[in-house]
Amino acid sequence: MNDLHSFLSPPAESARRHGPHDRIVMSSRVRLARNLKDAAYPGWAKKVERVKILDTIRPAVESLPEMKDSFSEAMDNLGQLDKQILVERHLISREHAAKNTGSGLVLNREETFSVMINEEDHLRMQALRPGLQLKQAWVAIDNFDSALEKKLDYAFDADLGYLTACPTNLGTGIRVSAMLHLPGLVLGEQINPIIQSVNKLGLAVRGLYGEGTEALGNVFQVSNQMTLGESESIIVERLNKVLDQIIEHEENARQLLLEKKPKTVYNHIGRAYGILANAHSISSKETMNLLSLLRLGVDLGLFPGIERSLVDELFLVTQPAHLQKQFSDKLTAEERDLMRADMVRERLKNVSRPVVKKTPPNTSN
Amino acid sequence: MQCSICKEKPATVHLTQIVGDKMQKLDLCDDCAKAKGVNDPAGFALADLMLGLGAAQEIEQAAGGAELKCPRCGFTQADFKKSGRLGCPECYKTFSEGLSGLLKTMHKGTRHVGKAPETLRSSTEYAGRLKTLQERLEKAIESENFEEAAQLRDEIKQVTERSTAPKNLTR
Repeated sequence: MNDLHSFLSPPAESARRHGPHDRIVMSSRVRLARNLKDAAYPGWAKKVERVKILDTIRPAVESLPEMKDSFSEAMDNLGQLDKQILVERHLISREHAAKNTGSGLVLNREETFSVMINEEDHLRMQALRPGLQLKQAWVAIDNFDSALEKKLDYAFDADLGYLTACPTNLGTGIRVSAMLHLPGLVLGEQINPIIQSVNKLGLAVRGLYGEGTEALGNVFQVSNQMTLGESESIIVERLNKVLDQIIEHEENARQLLLEKKPKTVYNHIGRAYGILANAHSISSKETMNLLSLLRLGVDLGLFPGIERSLVDELFLVTQPAHLQKQFSDKLTAEERDLMRADMVRERLKNVSRPVVKKTPPNTSN
Repeated sequence: MQCSICKEKPATVHLTQIVGDKMQKLDLCDDCAKAKGVNDPAGFALADLMLGLGAAQEIEQAAGGAELKCPRCGFTQADFKKSGRLGCPECYKTFSEGLSGLLKTMHKGTRHVGKAPETLRSSTEYAGRLKTLQERLEKAIESENFEEAAQLRDEIKQVTERSTAPKNLTR
């Protein structure tokens, strides 16, 4: 059995992956849903059939050159903690983490391709990239899928396209999404109109872990909803355009806040630093929301000594499963809050207080 | 007016979403609205909520009251109502009538445009699809329905591009 812990890159390393616009766009992802002809969908198939499907798909996926030296495992061989870690890394969905017999995961070395077998569909393959790289991710997963279709018999209809378990994914089976850090729009109270106008374009805005989750740490996921009636390239193109605009709005919002309400911004960031650097008990939720402000502070140049990757690493290692993994004993939620605070204090030990830029000339110094 | 989810309490929250030229409406009671996160714009998408409500009813109507059952996998409309998911690829044929209305409200169009498995791209089925599109285009031009014609032209362009484009970075 593979050991997931030694396979995954250390959090410090995964926080250091860079991509275009990663100040605001944390990551890009393109997912394709595919199913085998003549087999019931995972939610309806009996256990025996699901196992058979897994045994058909898994070797086909493993045999692709992109998946050389991959981590490949049946979900029933993964512990609860490992599954949760995969969710926190955004490598599998929460739904997939709940799966057991008959479901599987194949993940490549670089953590750029993750294939969930028997999630809601027989196949959910995704290409992941740091920063804003939707086109690159689409090209990568398109080629991946083209190689796989030679080995598997997909359910496809000339009129309806790729047939998926849920009609919302029918047609292209594509979900293009980006994870955005938008503290400026949240602090500037512009986020709701932005979300509404993005919704009007037929795009969904969701929280950190996708469907039905909160926007913790000012992190939002934007993705397409419609999959039928438009080609993949048009869907990717539209999302790209919308993201360009959101990036611009976020940059403007930050600029405006600094010009109009510098004290408010410095107050938020300073308090966030104060709590993170000194707390002795802190919940995962509060940590994420404060780390978001710390990240904004780094972007605005208030913490010259540290890199954004330190914040991104803390963002990952302070989450419940990652924290639990570092301690052998099972921790209660209260104990985790203590450990989390200890860890954050320790990591911020050498980070100096935020350097507030000179006050504007019209106020006395 | 009753809540469309619990069908018990009176609806106090009325939602309308317009995407393009499509309108979706939903009436909810306070409790269901809260439970579905309607007040939280970040976590809420009307399409997700519509699913399994409207569609099941449409399938029921299309079946004329009799319960449809997929001959391939035994999935029924009641199962669809419960899960909002289908049983197998064949279900799309079994429930096609009821689904078509749902697909219209849910998606940009009701016909697939975009990638197709390579084996089908060159097959007669695929050529037939192109032919149908071209015939529809001619009819649309004849009847001076230029809006539809423009849309069909785009579809044809995408279909042919897709079938001839080399697998590289041109897209």
